[in-house]
Amino acid sequence: MRVPVSWLREFVDAPKTLAPDELHAALVRVGLEEEAIHSFGLEGPIVVGQVLEFVDEPQSNGKTIRWCQVDVGESEPRGIVCGAQNFVVGDKVVVTLPGSVLPGPFPIAARKTYGHVSDGMIASARELGLGDEHDGILRLAELGLDPEVGTDALPLLGLDDWAVEVNITPDRGYALSIRGIAREYSHATGATFRDPALAVAPPSRRPSASSGSEPAPLPEERGARLAGSNPVPVTLADDAPIRGNQGCSLFVTRVVRDVDPTRPTPAWMIARLALAGIRSISLVVDISNYVMIELGQPLHAYDLDAIRGGIVVRRAQKGERITTLDDHERSLDPEDLLITDDEGPIGIAGVMGGARTENSSSTRNVLIEAANFDPVSIARSARRHRLPSEASKRFERGVDLAVAEPAAARAAELLVELAGGVADAHVWQVGTISEREAIALPAEFVNSIIGADFSDPETVDSLSAIGAAVTATSDGYSVVPPSWRPDLRDAADLAEEVARIVGYDRIPAVLPTAPPGRGLTREQRLRRSVAQVLAANGHTEVMAYPFVSEPQLSQFGETAAAIELANPLDGAAPYLRTSLLPGLVTAAQRNLSRGLVDLSLFELGTVFLPDASALAKRVALPPGTQRPTDAQLAALNDSIPLQPTRIAALVLGDVIAKQPGQPAVVAGLADALAAVDMVAAALGMTLTTRAAEVNGLHPGRTAAVFSGEVQVGFAGEVLPSLALDLDLPKRVAVMELDLSLLLDLAPREVSSHPIATLPAATQDVSLVVADAVTAGAVLAAFTAGAGELLEHARLVDDYRGSGVEPGTKSLTFALRFRAPDRTLTAAEATEAKLAGVAAAAKECGAVIRD
Amino acid sequence: MPDPTPITEHAVTEAKDAALAALSAASTLAELKAARSAHVGDGSPLAKLNGELRNVPADQKAAAGRLVGESRAAVSRAFEAREAELSAVEEAAQLAEEAVDVTAVPRRWSPGARHPLNLLMEQIGDIFIGMGWEVAEGPELENEWFNFDALNTDADHPARSEQDTFFVEPMSSRLVLRSQTSPVQIRSLLSRELPVYVVAPGKVFRKDELDATHTPVFHQVEGIAIDKGLTMAHLRGTLEHFARLMFGQEAKIRLRPNFFPFTEPSAEMDVWQPHAKGGARWIEWGGCGMVNRNVLRAAGIDPDEYQGFAFGMGIERTLMFRNEQLKDMRDMVEGDIRFSQQFGMVV
Repeated sequence: MRVPVSWLREFVDAPKTLAPDELHAALVRVGLEEEAIHSFGLEGPIVVGQVLEFVDEPQSNGKTIRWCQVDVGESEPRGIVCGAQNFVVGDKVVVTLPGSVLPGPFPIAARKTYGHVSDGMIASARELGLGDEHDGILRLAELGLDPEVGTDALPLLGLDDWAVEVNITPDRGYALSIRGIAREYSHATGATFRDPALAVAPPSRRPSASSGSEPAPLPEERGARLAGSNPVPVTLADDAPIRGNQGCSLFVTRVVRDVDPTRPTPAWMIARLALAGIRSISLVVDISNYVMIELGQPLHAYDLDAIRGGIVVRRAQKGERITTLDDHERSLDPEDLLITDDEGPIGIAGVMGGARTENSSSTRNVLIEAANFDPVSIARSARRHRLPSEASKRFERGVDLAVAEPAAARAAELLVELAGGVADAHVWQVGTISEREAIALPAEFVNSIIGADFSDPETVDSLSAIGAAVTATSDGYSVVPPSWRPDLRDAADLAEEVARIVGYDRIPAVLPTAPPGRGLTREQRLRRSVAQVLAANGHTEVMAYPFVSEPQLSQFGETAAAIELANPLDGAAPYLRTSLLPGLVTAAQRNLSRGLVDLSLFELGTVFLPDASALAKRVALPPGTQRPTDAQLAALNDSIPLQPTRIAALVLGDVIAKQPGQPAVVAGLADALAAVDMVAAALGMTLTTRAAEVNGLHPGRTAAVFSGEVQVGFAGEVLPSLALDLDLPKRVAVMELDLSLLLDLAPREVSSHPIATLPAATQDVSLVVADAVTAGAVLAAFTAGAGELLEHARLVDDYRGSGVEPGTKSLTFALRFRAPDRTLTAAEATEAKLAGVAAAAKECGAVIRD
Repeated sequence: MPDPTPITEHAVTEAKDAALAALSAASTLAELKAARSAHVGDGSPLAKLNGELRNVPADQKAAAGRLVGESRAAVSRAFEAREAELSAVEEAAQLAEEAVDVTAVPRRWSPGARHPLNLLMEQIGDIFIGMGWEVAEGPELENEWFNFDALNTDADHPARSEQDTFFVEPMSSRLVLRSQTSPVQIRSLLSRELPVYVVAPGKVFRKDELDATHTPVFHQVEGIAIDKGLTMAHLRGTLEHFARLMFGQEAKIRLRPNFFPFTEPSAEMDVWQPHAKGGARWIEWGGCGMVNRNVLRAAGIDPDEYQGFAFGMGIERTLMFRNEQLKDMRDMVEGDIRFSQQFGMVV
């Protein structure tokens, strides 16, 4: 909402020196949000001049310029070059003299052009910010003005005004008006407020309905004289209310006859509308916009003579169409609320009028509509037709029911004053202004929720100031909110109003004492630990978007069914990730493109696993105002797909850089497995690996990762051809583990035992096995066979070659034996070793090598 | 008469002197050990003299024993002294040999980094844990009821439009990528025993194109406290404490009236930035207010018995306030390792 300060001053006393940031600060205090400051960006001297004479001078470029002598109220006229042709000698114009500044900023100086020194410039409406007209200069006569030469043009045309722009929260529709902002300024500063809705002379009133309702009593002295029939009877006929609310609750009409729509809109009105962000169109349209900005009531002005028969407000019929004011033909939805006459739609209620009844330069008689429409109905229509308008913006937030009639009267008044019309004295009204219900406000309620020490008079005065009627009751107050505050519905709303008016600064700061907490959960601690361990070991954490494309879904592993967004961002990937690896690949590509070629990345995040049956469920949403039943809650939760947490890493380039005395170590499967080990260590668990084949990974360098017999993920090197396709280096190692599953499987407590301190016996053993037998299998068999005395065994060599049969390999393990209760003899250690060898022989065909 | 004993003072002194001379002549530890072996070891003159002691008559045994023993001890002392000297020399030579350029020793570890947004969320969690609160979580793909209806968001609220919120196919599934972390609050109210004091940091999603100041995926932390007798004063106290721990002891907050469906009364919270570029000023930090009675009802809580407050703020924004040189949201989401690495393990 943009608020021209001159307009604001009409309804509230503001200091002469009020600066834009002071006005902003005042409005911010009462809950409006500071957005921007607007002005015409003009600096004088900009004055009224009169063209005394001119010579047309054709130029070599084909243009003709006018060399003008212009009286600007000085002893001598000024010579000014002008490119426009739309004026005659004697016209009064606006002259920007040397030293003045036009928006841009564009400083004006005496300068040589077309063979003359142009001592200023004759301005167009657009140059002044008064409109789009730039084919010619602004002739003041067009605005109905004939000021003295030399007059300062800025105040004359309202160009010295400025406006603040504030953001209005959706609950405060009334503040989308100068009336509302003036009231708020008064709340913020205590300045006297004069309600413009009360300033309009009360006209007579009759019901407009062609049938049914009784005429409302007319004011005594005018009623008899003005009695007559309604030229356009109105019927409200919403037979399909949305969510139980009638589309139109009030429809007020006025008729103004014999208007001259070709008269100019006065400069002050154009200037105020321009500052308010609204372009001047024509006098009749400008007046309805002006009244809307001033009072917050959207109006529509019809060409009375174009309306056929009476008006019916109803929902659209299937297949019905309308050509709107913007000349677009639109097909209507049965939910659209329409204004119709005998021939069909003449407007989409509260959104945009129709072309057929649009007022034009030949309009003689005007029908003014000031109606009140259901916010939801208007919001849906505006959204459906992509027609967010100044009118729909106000209806969506709720318009003061009681301002319809004053607004219609104000528009009639301006049409009479500025367009020379004659207003029918009747106000025709259909519908009613419902009375607001009183809200019970217990005496201590405000302080009990705000935690402040507001006094009773502060409470009463604040509520009275916002326009509520407050009466004392036995246990507090009964508060009837004003008609323009549909947002005030319960005591909590009133508490906010009191705090807002007295000032949020009065709320003290008190630290509450929470009951003793339990700290982070086990899962939260472990997840942090996993991330810390990976980062501490050289991995850099990234946080990728969860959006992936179809090819990314099948990058690694099985092609996963995925959840698809109904409304993805334009051009963005529409699926929700089923793996973290595509995000890591994308991050790697970005880093590589920026010259960062050694990468260890990880992400800890959510993946989305669709459950076709869950997605197919149609869960009715319970109302938001009461606790759903346990069954309803279970149904809601069942509708949500699984979203396990994963941990994934990607390593490429050098993991140890080449340095003096240190050759480069290139990333590979070992680094992916190291990352797996880090995760396992962080979780206090042991993970094992088995050779595996995973789509997208190297068939000979990929391991499935197990916790016991449960697979928890995989690690491997990216298939070289896929790496090439992805613009990655040849060797890229990745791993991904299901962290949610790991957290389930990880031990809840550490199994610990006393440390044996007696001497250890160390031995080596070399076992010859077939090439295809894995070291892991040999070690497992050996360990099981060696029994409890074997404290530790580690593979130290894998030898193939001379002395070992082709097709076999010799695996050497370093062994450490220890007994908890005695010093082992060499014989005991050897006996255990041989038991291990026997087991390895049985399980793996191992032969001891001497 | 037995043979006169060979253990004469002359013989012992001669053997001792020869040994001492040999030890002192040794210039390496190896030579030293050879000298000891030659002069003290088996078959050496001193060892032989020592062996003769058993043949010495009893009345001379004490004197002869002392003579041989003292000499052997002297040689032993001399050996140790010389060994220490030679060890020191050899160690010094070895250390000189092994010296490296400590500025160029190969590094086998390279630093990794956490993402600062995650570190900041963890730090915020810790701040509230320290106050006895707990950290709550919920799904990122959420049922509309939790994301909107339970939070008093009208069925026709613009936030529920496809322009603002991500929906999932089919639309009838009523699933959205949560547009706020508030559904975690309603879940906490539904699942926990009162009183409830929780914060919920996490990812949220809105239909904004990525640019310097917007990202469709960002992070929030929201807090909710429901107890008997909680007021806006407690809200202010909590936020002031939080702000001081986030931005320093000088930090202060300001509440301005605002509107959110979730709260009533509602407030926008500004934080005072004493060192902001361009001068100290108030900067909008988040929204807050007293939890709307309808929200309590949706969680089955009697609003006449319990009331409380809620607040929420953006993590990206909070990070930008703390590190004012961060100007471009894209740096936070693109995964360029240099962004996280400038923070390392610290935020």
